[in-house]
Amino acid sequence: MRYLPNTAQNQRAMLETIGVRGIEDLLVKIPAKARLSRPLALPPALAESELVRHLRGLAAKNADAESTVCFLGGGAYDHYTPSPINHLILRGEFFTAYTPYQPEASQGTLRTIYEYQTMIAELTGMDVANASIYDGASSLAEAALMAHAVTSRPEIVLAGGVNSLYRRVVETYVDGAGLRLREAPTPEGVLDLDAARRVVGGKTAALVVQSPNFYGCLEDVAAAAEIAHAAGALLVVVSDPVNLGVLEAPGRQGADIVVGEGQGLGVPLSFGGPYLGVFAAKQEFVRRMPGRLVGATVDLDGARGFALTLQTREQHIRRAKATSNICTNVALCALMATIYLATLGKQGLVRVGELSAAKAHYAAARLGAVPGVSLRFAQPFFKEFTLKLPKSPERVVARLAKQGILAGLPLKSLDRKHGDCLLVAVTEKRTKDEIDAFADALAKAVA
Amino acid sequence: MSNVPADLRYTREHEWARQEGGRVRVGITAYAQEQLGDVVFVELPKVGAKVTAHQAFGVVESVKAVSDLFAPVSGEVVEVNAELGQKPETVNADPYGKGWMLVVAPSDANQWNALLTAAQYEEFVAQGGH
Repeated sequence: MRYLPNTAQNQRAMLETIGVRGIEDLLVKIPAKARLSRPLALPPALAESELVRHLRGLAAKNADAESTVCFLGGGAYDHYTPSPINHLILRGEFFTAYTPYQPEASQGTLRTIYEYQTMIAELTGMDVANASIYDGASSLAEAALMAHAVTSRPEIVLAGGVNSLYRRVVETYVDGAGLRLREAPTPEGVLDLDAARRVVGGKTAALVVQSPNFYGCLEDVAAAAEIAHAAGALLVVVSDPVNLGVLEAPGRQGADIVVGEGQGLGVPLSFGGPYLGVFAAKQEFVRRMPGRLVGATVDLDGARGFALTLQTREQHIRRAKATSNICTNVALCALMATIYLATLGKQGLVRVGELSAAKAHYAAARLGAVPGVSLRFAQPFFKEFTLKLPKSPERVVARLAKQGILAGLPLKSLDRKHGDCLLVAVTEKRTKDEIDAFADALAKAVA
Repeated sequence: MSNVPADLRYTREHEWARQEGGRVRVGITAYAQEQLGDVVFVELPKVGAKVTAHQAFGVVESVKAVSDLFAPVSGEVVEVNAELGQKPETVNADPYGKGWMLVVAPSDANQWNALLTAAQYEEFVAQGGH
């Protein structure tokens, strides 16, 4: 909606029309003691140029991934956002966070969502992907509820390598549904398959694995699928779609539902959001899938068009029977991901994955060779890995931040068992010089 | 007046029930499918599930409405009409035949006698059906 300014003359005309003398007369119903009896204590208005300078000054107090060298990960990654993304999303036809309320009137928007769904389904190796939901964590929570609705079983087993922030969101979501969460142990950086076999059973609705997991390690997804399916449970895989140019699609490893954080697909870090909840499933579960689904169809003249094909009917009617209450999607972030994938193309996405992995392995070799520092887990990893430090990771991070290096995520607050560890992520944006400078700074910080 | 076969029993929620050698086959009546219009989706329980008389066992969705399906008798589901997954319109085309939904092994034989006879159901429908 537009901001409509009005002049003193406009105001007089409006007041006369409704037959009151002044704006004060409109406020008489509000008790005097609840009203401010003096003007608001605001500083004098600034000229636009002054205001911009002031706001830029405030913004400059932030440390962001543009002004630092970022090795932060743990669910959000400093991948490059190609310039066509900002150019295109700022167009008036697109620049809203909402799916239009009369969706079929906005064929362009539906088309982009349809393309997004298609790309996500292909990347994840699944039959269908929805129009997106809030973020990776809420996608996983919705997958847990969906697995419960499909199987009518009361337990969700989460591998220990699932992002612990996701776990907390899942806990909140499943509490009301009466679902129990259990953990399958992950003692050495990956799921202990024998232990998982003992935990997953007849009450398990789904086994959830993340790969690469929170520690950066690659899980044996196919083995996890066998364990889940042998018990009649679903396999839910948490996956970062930007890695899937290189890594095998979870759908081809036996996943029934694939969820993940799509931020890496061209959505800027933005201090934590808004992000992109990826959600894909097998065709047989489409009626249980949360959110909405755009489909292609033909109009009366046989021309191709797009329609909201499925959205859970419980959003509009029968709300008491709803298994999900998600009624929206993050259309703008989904659009960014669509433009990202279209811009990079098949080869580009593979290059992003190859460069990230190659640079991460170079960084792991350099950082792991710093005296006193070691790789915590002897497991294959992709673009992220866990370092064990001889000094407090919090202090090391604070010290390197002063040198413009965001060294990584100290695990202490998220995972007490690994309080001496630092999670380091490396994207295609990092250069050899940056990694070498990080290794030198780390060596000094832990000496 | 819709077709109401005399050899079946009925519920006030417009399901029919047929005795088949100790088991009970269940569907919705011709009147029900007429009222619903084109059926586009039927959600049924799995074989082995327990259903309870007068309680919802599934959902039928038409272009006009979404309605719960109610079990005429309590018992265990021993057969489900899987074809309705691909061809839900069968419910409209042949409600008493190929459009059947469940076969239940009843846990309480007396519940059968509490169901409406064809004559009672016809009268119920004639009075407005709800």
